[in-house]
Amino acid sequence: MSQAYTPGLTITPYTVIRKTRRLPLKGEVLVRIGERVEPATPVARAFLPGEVHIVKAGEILGVAGEDLGRYLLKREGEKVERDETIASATSFFGLSRRVVRSPVKGTIENISPLTGNVSIREEPKPILLCAYVEGEVVEVLPNEGVVVEAKGAFLQGIFGVGGERWGKLLVAVNSPDEEIREVKEEARDCILVGGRIGSEALKRAVEVGVKGVVVGGIYDEVLSDFLGYDIGVAITGQENIPLTLIIMEGFGDLPLARRTFQLLKRFDGFSASINGATQIRAGVVRPEIIIPHKEEIPSYKERFPERLVLGTRVRIIREPYFGSLGEVVALPSELRVLETGARARVAEVLLEGGERVVVPRANLEIILEK
Amino acid sequence: MAEAILAVDCGSTTTKAILFSDGGGWHLVARGEAPTTVEAPFDNVMLGLYNAVRELEELTGRQILEGEKFLIPASDGEGVDLFLATSSAGGGLQMLVMGVVKSMTAESAQRAALGAGAIVVDCIALDDGREDFQRIQRIRDIRPDIILLAGGTDGGTITHVLQLGEMLSAAEPRARLGNLPIPVIYAGNRDARGEIEKMLGDKFHLIIRENIRPRLEVENLGPAREAIHELFLQHVMRQAPGYHLLMEATTHPIMSTPNAVGRMVQLLAKELGGNVLAVDIGGATTDVFSVFSNTYNRTVSANLGLSYSICNVMVEATIPNIQRWLPFDVSPQQLRGALRNKMIRPTTIPQTLRDLYIEQAVAREALRLALEHHKSLARSLVGVQRERTVGDLFSQITGGETLIDMSKVDMIIGSGGVLSHAPSRAQAALMMVDAFQPAGITFLAVDSIFMMPHLGVLSSVMPQAAGEIFWRDCVVPLGSLVAPIGNLKEGEPALHLKSKRYEEEINFGEMRLLPLEGEEEFSLRPLRGLDMGEGRGKEVVRRLKGGLLGLIVDCRGRPLQLPQQDEKRKEWLKRTYTALSLPLPGEKG
Repeated sequence: MSQAYTPGLTITPYTVIRKTRRLPLKGEVLVRIGERVEPATPVARAFLPGEVHIVKAGEILGVAGEDLGRYLLKREGEKVERDETIASATSFFGLSRRVVRSPVKGTIENISPLTGNVSIREEPKPILLCAYVEGEVVEVLPNEGVVVEAKGAFLQGIFGVGGERWGKLLVAVNSPDEEIREVKEEARDCILVGGRIGSEALKRAVEVGVKGVVVGGIYDEVLSDFLGYDIGVAITGQENIPLTLIIMEGFGDLPLARRTFQLLKRFDGFSASINGATQIRAGVVRPEIIIPHKEEIPSYKERFPERLVLGTRVRIIREPYFGSLGEVVALPSELRVLETGARARVAEVLLEGGERVVVPRANLEIILEK
Repeated sequence: MAEAILAVDCGSTTTKAILFSDGGGWHLVARGEAPTTVEAPFDNVMLGLYNAVRELEELTGRQILEGEKFLIPASDGEGVDLFLATSSAGGGLQMLVMGVVKSMTAESAQRAALGAGAIVVDCIALDDGREDFQRIQRIRDIRPDIILLAGGTDGGTITHVLQLGEMLSAAEPRARLGNLPIPVIYAGNRDARGEIEKMLGDKFHLIIRENIRPRLEVENLGPAREAIHELFLQHVMRQAPGYHLLMEATTHPIMSTPNAVGRMVQLLAKELGGNVLAVDIGGATTDVFSVFSNTYNRTVSANLGLSYSICNVMVEATIPNIQRWLPFDVSPQQLRGALRNKMIRPTTIPQTLRDLYIEQAVAREALRLALEHHKSLARSLVGVQRERTVGDLFSQITGGETLIDMSKVDMIIGSGGVLSHAPSRAQAALMMVDAFQPAGITFLAVDSIFMMPHLGVLSSVMPQAAGEIFWRDCVVPLGSLVAPIGNLKEGEPALHLKSKRYEEEINFGEMRLLPLEGEEEFSLRPLRGLDMGEGRGKEVVRRLKGGLLGLIVDCRGRPLQLPQQDEKRKEWLKRTYTALSLPLPGEKG
């Protein structure tokens, strides 16, 4: 089980990406195989059963459940309007009249003679599923959805917040370690790329109407400030926030990896689809950036090893050398005793500054740059 | 007569296979492990299991598999006689529980589900503060494996429990796995059975069991728990990827992992004739098991863990509560960054002492919060058929008192990576002592390689063998802890301790380790009004068991009161670390 940790995050300039677009419940598929779709193209729709509201009619009228039928003005299956009277009762020789009104527009689903409750179901809500990525429909899942195939660059981040969005890529900095400080009006509807971002610039991005932000690192305080709360469990994507934020490298003062920056720079101005959804526990969902294009560029994966070998370029992802880059210069087979007293499999790494350090292999990440 | 037993635990991340054998008593032979393969792209639990067993074959030289067939029974040194399994893979057994009153039938339903090894994804009650439509929406959103519906006492009003039934009927939730109707166990007012059947019979796989609260003063969890066990096997497990093969291969029914651990804890408490607390702290969740006054309880704190859930511990415990356990300065910004990075890269390991102590500080807080959660649910009126007097009813209505008394716990067993694999056993002991604050006399131990699930399932077939292996290979004895109750001024004499080899006076604020391997009789006289559990100043004479650390004397007070002032607090922690021979990191990491 002890092996070098490679998170398996993909950063590639060209690949075939297949996205399964599935409705949450059965519905109708709106496109056919072979059809070209844009991110906003509706591909399927369904009707979500409306919410059920339980009205305590018997209690309101002061009658037993079994007697409720006599006072009801509506029957099961009948439609009702919001505030429409559904039952009424008169007492004290007609001096006092109690009425039960429907809290919503919907259909009477159930009248219970046992509890005296009336269930009213709201009208079904239509849900429209869009393609999310620009591409071609390659498979139809009858009544459920479609598979859309896109060709282009595909990048996975390490953590994100916010759901599916799309827009034009706009690289807002000149180097991978530069912070996004200024957000101009022209960034409206775009996906901004930078080394880092602070609270002020994030606020400005929201004001301008930016669709997404992609950065190397972020301070946790900035993220909490942006969300308005601290994230507890590492399951994201459902946040109700005005833009999607993707962190490529980690928390803290971390620049974008050079190769990632070069790749995003190359496609500056291209349309991209992004999703911040992250789930680190079993199943591992990471945030993604998809940039459809037609240029076939060989994948990095073919040129770089996925296993640690001598000469592998690595980044250290834990203290005391957190964020440092270097090259593996030795891979001793025996376990070494760490400062903590624990024994672990290690690698010797020559850091960019010339220092040679010993690091547990579990704390190394292979990076795709030379 | 069995000679070799294979037991596997299919966890959510790792499948652990263990071989036990009988040769001069039952003992552990070897352990193999491999990543669990329940999730995509594998979608078959057996692949990971074969890998773990193959590792076991390599380590032992004993052939257990022939292709994908298990060699059962054993002959000529090959194969095994018993093949047992536990499972918590794929998120474990997820249940929704419903009851009329939050602190009464809903709480009983929660205890029934937790005790059967489930994770309770939500607890719906008519007084839970939500509107009906919110409850219905919630029931629809979560996709549980099993629903337990309780409410009302037999002969009482049926209206309220039927309201819950209506909600369930309106929501029509879908099962997490497969397309079969969700099993609903109805264990409420028996007079409502007919109506519930009419209401839910067509939409759900409805099973009716005895009421979990037939009367206000009686809790009867057994029948509902048995129904959960049955459904777990027959319904839930069959839907999980590859489990039909596992069910065919094992010689005995599969158990849910927490249920197996719970069995082992109960067996241990029975053997000791005392109170036991066990904890398993993982990456995502922390389980706490207890047997107090013969009553078994289990809770799971679903979002308290040290990898995926580490930031939830940070949020729930707050940064200052984590910082207070560190004998060095670390800024909130650094701490938040370190924990966030651990969350997104959960398989990294601490390389520096500072980093290790930060993780151990978080572990203390996770353990503390998990125990608080456990205390809140392990309340009076717990367990099977516990009769109460009429006079007790009043206190029950306002919420029973917790059964967990940390001055009456005889043994604490810690398990989970941060405790079992701490670089020093003293670190494991200190984490448990700081978090749980056991008082009086308590024996501390850790589970060496998380073998409790394997032994729990084995105990259902061969309890004696399970007991033998537990003491021989599973539990690592750390030693007895002696901790007087009360607080004095720093440096005042707190405890006079005497035995054949020792006569010591220990001051308040001090911790001390005394080498002790076997057992020895000690007289413990608490000074200046402190209490060893039998009254202020009363001497206690007891035979105490040692362990890897010996006898652990903790005169830092109960409850623990950490110095408020920052420098004093760090000094206080440094003294504790030094007393336990734990290294201290430099001020600047």
